[in-house]
Amino acid sequence: MTTEHTHDTHDHAGAHASDHHDDHDHKPTGFMNRWLFTTNHKDIGTLYLVFSLIMFLIGGSMAMVIRAELFMPGLQLVEPDFFNQMTTMHALIMVFGAVMPAWVGFANWMIPLMVGAPDMALPRMNNWSFWILPFAFTMLLSTLFMDSGGPAAGWTLYPPLSLQTGQSFAFVVFAVHMMGVSSIMGSINVIATILNMRAPGMTLLRMPLFVWTWLITAFLLIAVMPVLAGAVTMLLTDHFFGTSFFNAAGGGDPVMFQHIFWFFGHPEVYIMILPAFGVVSEILPTFSRKPLFGYAAMVYATASIAFLSFIVWAHHMFSVGMPLSGELFFMYATMLIAVPTGVKVFNWVSTMWKGSMTFETPMLFAIGFVVLFTIGGLSGLMLAIASVDLQYHDTYFVVAHFHYVLVPGAVFALMAGTYYWLPKWTGNMYSEKWGKIHFWLSAISVNILFFPQHYLGLAGMPRRIPDYSTQFADFNMLSSIGGFIFGASQLIFVGVIIHCVYRSKVKATSRVWEGAKGLEWTVPSPAPYHTFDVPPPINAQTVAHADEYDH
Amino acid sequence: MAQHAENAYYVPHGTKWPIIGSIGMFLMLGSAAMWLNDSAIAKWTFYGGAGILIYMLVGWFGEVIRESEDGVYNSQVDTSFRMGMLWFIFSEVMFFACFFGALFYARVFSVPWLGGEGTGAFTNEMLWQGYQNVWPTAGPAQLGGEFQTIPAFGIPFLNTLILLASGFTVTMAHHALKKNQRKALVLWLAATVALGFVFVFFQVEEYIEAYMELGLTLGSGIYGSTFFMLTGFHGMHVTLGAIMLLVIMLRCMKGHFKPDQHFGFEAVAWYWHFVDVVWLGLFIFVYVF
Ligand code: HEM
Ligand SMILES: [Cu+2]
Repeated sequence: MTTEHTHDTHDHAGAHASDHHDDHDHKPTGFMNRWLFTTNHKDIGTLYLVFSLIMFLIGGSMAMVIRAELFMPGLQLVEPDFFNQMTTMHALIMVFGAVMPAWVGFANWMIPLMVGAPDMALPRMNNWSFWILPFAFTMLLSTLFMDSGGPAAGWTLYPPLSLQTGQSFAFVVFAVHMMGVSSIMGSINVIATILNMRAPGMTLLRMPLFVWTWLITAFLLIAVMPVLAGAVTMLLTDHFFGTSFFNAAGGGDPVMFQHIFWFFGHPEVYIMILPAFGVVSEILPTFSRKPLFGYAAMVYATASIAFLSFIVWAHHMFSVGMPLSGELFFMYATMLIAVPTGVKVFNWVSTMWKGSMTFETPMLFAIGFVVLFTIGGLSGLMLAIASVDLQYHDTYFVVAHFHYVLVPGAVFALMAGTYYWLPKWTGNMYSEKWGKIHFWLSAISVNILFFPQHYLGLAGMPRRIPDYSTQFADFNMLSSIGGFIFGASQLIFVGVIIHCVYRSKVKATSRVWEGAKGLEWTVPSPAPYHTFDVPPPINAQTVAHADEYDH
Repeated sequence: MAQHAENAYYVPHGTKWPIIGSIGMFLMLGSAAMWLNDSAIAKWTFYGGAGILIYMLVGWFGEVIRESEDGVYNSQVDTSFRMGMLWFIFSEVMFFACFFGALFYARVFSVPWLGGEGTGAFTNEMLWQGYQNVWPTAGPAQLGGEFQTIPAFGIPFLNTLILLASGFTVTMAHHALKKNQRKALVLWLAATVALGFVFVFFQVEEYIEAYMELGLTLGSGIYGSTFFMLTGFHGMHVTLGAIMLLVIMLRCMKGHFKPDQHFGFEAVAWYWHFVDVVWLGLFIFVYVF
């Protein structure tokens, strides 16, 4: 199809959308009406995104404390117990406060725009899913100011250690409950929107991949958040009401908690990464000016990963003393995940193959994602080998693994998506120069930060310890330096966003990116307050990718 | 599908209920945590929070009911509600699955291992010598002391019949609604609500017996833990379901719902069947075996 063709449609649809909106594009007036009482998917999306950025900075500051303490061997900055509070809170905040809400923010903003819906299916509930979060995190963060300090037993909350938490314990449990309620309501909304609100003609296999990955993510969330809620409830009753779920003296088993936790926990890591897969699958075709390679295969690979994620949980527990049959089953099942993951990486690379690529900031982050996430996937594969995991478990090797999949993985994809859609959200172009500086500083420093941790782990440095033997000194210092640069670079990100929203003079066009396809680019930038009150036409020009249109 | 503006998908403009709900939830749970930490006033702020939550639920549902009666929801909105309810019930299924999982894990793995089976031989030898793999058990340390269990074919069996009967009555109510027999509808619903509350009454009786006579408490090792957590959460769901049915009955008496459009009724009926099915699982795995 020709470029003119595409532009034609967009102008038409854009004009259509705007005259439809002249009459009732009223934003609610007043701060409370606009932000507290809102039912608008774009406003709620913005709230989620701003909230998660704040949490990212708070969680990031805690990481800076951790890296500062680990800069040198010995105890210099903080008390060991406070150090443990920092590792615990850092993880809880990054997982539940930064990455997950950020993805829900993207879902809110983009899914209705991508499937041609007027809003989310259940707009009031949408408001509640968001507005629980600030309260939940106020509760969680308040524990740091209690006499007992915050939780310090690790984000995995393993008993019996976690049961020794002081005052803050019940607050943590209830905060997790609130986050769970929020996630479940958010997911129900996403599923109902995708299944029920698509414009006529937007068949399932014409949906953008971001929509597909979120559909599957939402399913995972509804399946496992209640299990986490149950797990922490059992902790609560073991702590306060004398039950013995995790107490061997009463016939229970602390290991049982680990099984239940990881039944939630492993799908949880895919909850954080599947939407990232989706975003990257949107961005690579745009800047390669080629259709996504193997669209249907991407959908099926995502579904397979989601299915497998339910039957691999005990790879987090190889060293806990499982029966041999368990070790073997979970080892092979885990390795199987590498197959659909490999399909994805192959398809991303093939999408770029012979494309006429350009390297705007979203593309840089997306390519960074493909390369660095793959490194994390490969170290995961090493950890999946039960016999060698006995050595790697609870060392910095694991820390390196999950940070590769989460930071240059999930977080890079979040940044890629932010740069990609920021012009659509704000109507302004961000500063490409500072975006690129942000990318290169982040990409280089993230490797300085996490790559040495592989070696530290292989050499035996345990995780969650504030002090270490002097043989680990050099790599730790290197890692900390990388960490400080990475942390500082994220201030550039904040700066670029603020500049784009309030200061940028360069207006964005509707299509924004020359090669962009999909419904969201047919509406003006910034997207009007209400879009698609009348379902848009679905055809080869408005669909982002679908195998049927590629040939 | 909502093709035309007159029949557009209903998107409400603003709502104050969620933020009220969040404040209530925060107050209630924060106070609960302080209460657990032995704060003296927390009890009262807890009730305050719960009150705000109830106010929110009444207000929010009231608004939705009014809108529904005014006919602002088209069939597409109806489908969204249906999906919402079904996926909510799925999340509840997973919540119960978590506690069933704990029960099965204890019975299949942890108790046999403590009794020396498989890789547990040394644990048994070194820590809990002489402990045998039996069920029910309060564990090797016999936490909470000796206890007896509730016989399955007493109150629990009666309760099974009660819940099954209530599943039948609610279905009859549904048929009556579809045939627009309003009187029968209300009567069948009243019967369902009554059966629901009778179930809860017997459950309370059973708990009293367990605590007073059988020595079976929440602290009776893993048996007491799984028994009370499973039946307790189930009982809370039955109570909630019965209250929801009661509301639906009052709405029916006020003339709400049409033979071809009555999502609220169906949602509560689904919920009731879900509670019913969970009970069957409980009866089999908690009481009988
Ligand atoms: C090819 C795919 C992957 C494989 C084979 C894999 C394998 C593993 C294994 C075996 C462990 C346990 C190591 C140990 O504790 O000894 C682990 C830990 C972890 N993985 Fe992965 N993983 C994969 C992908 C991912 C992804 C995509 C994410 C997140 C986006 C992720 C996040 C984590 C986290 C957070 C932990 C550590 C949790 C903790 O102990 O605190 N992994 N992984
Ligand atoms: Cu895992």
